[in-house]
Amino acid sequence: MLKVSQPVKRILVPLISIFLGFLVGAIVMLIFSYSPIQAYASMFQGALGSMSGIGETLRQATPLIFTALGFSVAYSAGFFNIGMSGQALAGWVASIWVALAFPSLPTYVLLPLAIIVGALAGGFVGAIPGVLRAFFGTSEVIVTIMLNYVVLYTSTYLLQNVMPKSFRSSTDSTQTITSHASLRMGWLQNAFGGSRINAGLFLALIAIIIFWIMMKKTTLGFEIRSVGMNPFASEYAGMSSKKTIIMSMVISGVLSGLGGVVEGLGTYQNFFTQTSSLSIGFDGMSVALLGGGSALGILLASLLFSILKIGGLGMQTGAGVPFEIVNIVIAAIIFFVAIDYVIGLLFKQKKAKDADAGAKPEQVIHQPKGGTEV
Amino acid sequence: MSWVSMLSLIVSSTFVFSTPLIFTAIGGAFSENGGIVNVGLEGIMVMGAFSSVVFNLTFADTFGKATPWLGLVVGAIVGIAISLLHAMATINFRADHIISGTVINLLAPALSVFLVKAIYAKGQTDNIAQSFGYFSFPGLSKIPIIGPIFFKDTSLLAYIAILVAIFSWWVLYKTRFGLHLRSVGENPQAADTLGLNVYRLRYSGVIISGLLGGIGGAIFAQSISGNFSAGTIVGQGYISMAAMIFGKWNPVGAMGAALFFGFAQSLSIIGGQLPGIDKIPAVYLQVAPYVLTIVVLVLFLGKAVMPKADGTNYVKSK
Repeated sequence: MLKVSQPVKRILVPLISIFLGFLVGAIVMLIFSYSPIQAYASMFQGALGSMSGIGETLRQATPLIFTALGFSVAYSAGFFNIGMSGQALAGWVASIWVALAFPSLPTYVLLPLAIIVGALAGGFVGAIPGVLRAFFGTSEVIVTIMLNYVVLYTSTYLLQNVMPKSFRSSTDSTQTITSHASLRMGWLQNAFGGSRINAGLFLALIAIIIFWIMMKKTTLGFEIRSVGMNPFASEYAGMSSKKTIIMSMVISGVLSGLGGVVEGLGTYQNFFTQTSSLSIGFDGMSVALLGGGSALGILLASLLFSILKIGGLGMQTGAGVPFEIVNIVIAAIIFFVAIDYVIGLLFKQKKAKDADAGAKPEQVIHQPKGGTEV
Repeated sequence: MSWVSMLSLIVSSTFVFSTPLIFTAIGGAFSENGGIVNVGLEGIMVMGAFSSVVFNLTFADTFGKATPWLGLVVGAIVGIAISLLHAMATINFRADHIISGTVINLLAPALSVFLVKAIYAKGQTDNIAQSFGYFSFPGLSKIPIIGPIFFKDTSLLAYIAILVAIFSWWVLYKTRFGLHLRSVGENPQAADTLGLNVYRLRYSGVIISGLLGGIGGAIFAQSISGNFSAGTIVGQGYISMAAMIFGKWNPVGAMGAALFFGFAQSLSIIGGQLPGIDKIPAVYLQVAPYVLTIVVLVLFLGKAVMPKADGTNYVKSK
């Protein structure tokens, strides 16, 4: 057994989870007589082998950073937001709508306006489960998932029945937005081989920094974390857990909404009917769980999953392996992250006594009293 | 359309759409009464649907009319297999129940579509040849008015589901096993001191949810969708979970709630044939089951009366 300190363990567990996740993927491929080595080689080749591949990988990471940050804020407050797909979709539709409604406004007005409206739309969808949980105690897991479907069907309805006809290029997609509302930048695209990389990436990096400052350095961040750890103690200390829960969900929704905004104004430049919930929602959750909710962790995890996603497309064409294998790998990684307790058993922690006494109070409770053998 | 035939259309389509939800919701009740939150019902249904369709396509010629029924068995076995993953993670490995369940939901669609592509070289299976058709009860269907509405061209599985719900209620509340299962969901420490095997009981709860969830998915695939793709199971597992909560963790209550959600789901399918409802824009009927789920949870539930130790890991002391 390896002796490691707590911080080293925090890094080792995700790394081992990633390794085991790739191993699971390799085993599945071997069972179906695909070559894992060829598949993984073509995956990394596709994601990182060319400037355009790298550009697409960074482009893919952009919305994932937003949704992962969104998940983390709510998760810190003890709130399991699985509704990021719906919140992102709301942000996407709203930002495109604004962009199409005021095409001739100058960039410095239209672009911020479209982004803000998209963010607010996401925040609104996020606020619903927050309010319901705070005032009625309704399970946010169910509400957020149900809202994903509500937003999904509503978005198609809005596109086909509510938007002015002039906004549509066909029944299933809107017109392309004008360059005034676009996040794309010519020089950036040229630098990355004509990929769809866009200024959303810079927004995402700024969001990471703001997230770090907010969670670590502000009162709001402190309240969010303490309500997540113990809502009763927080109430006793004078914080309003209702207000904090709602605030954390609004922020979470705003961030998820921005994830949709960069898809709309950056990646696709329009909105088209979606047949299923946006994958950036659940992928963002995976990124946040692997990244352990830390700013740096989220950045690195979003890059890894983007490599998987973009490389997975290359893998399908290069090695003939169905794309879904990357989702199997991602699910496996999160499974191993979830059972980190078992992976942690591989290591002996330094100063184990102090850490255990502080970190695992539940074991004290479970001690049978009075010495009866169970 | 006469009002009898209209009612019979509503009743039979409600039955068809409710049946998968009833089975899955009862499964959830077993898991959660044992203290394991099972968000993975959605993924379990996906695996049940997938495996039954593959079985049906492969063996329809061999087994003929019996194929969909055997497909249920296959769906149940595969459902149990995937639920074991959730059981192991939450019971032995102390994983967060919602994260572990979500992993099941991430894994199941990916794995099943991967397998469909690996087996059939396309993303969607063919339509199955043998599906659950409509069933008329001999004798009962001849009764005037009630016969055509409830017993003619209806879903036999729905009646089985109702019997399963009643039987499950009896198991949970009237048998020793049920008492033990509920006690590890309420207070595992106390149950442990009385000599109950907490881990084994929680495993059995999750396994039953895998069995019934797998059957639920298999029924959906073989009576409603008729094939399997990534878009076959879209939220039915979550709705089942909501039905279980609405039914206050009681199998019969869950059945009632599932019938209600099945009715809401069927409206978006048959709405066009019903006078009055055909005027409502389709989107309202599409989102109705999901909005109703939220409204129902808010109005009728409040602070939920869930099993006390639901969602917590039990660590046996050495």
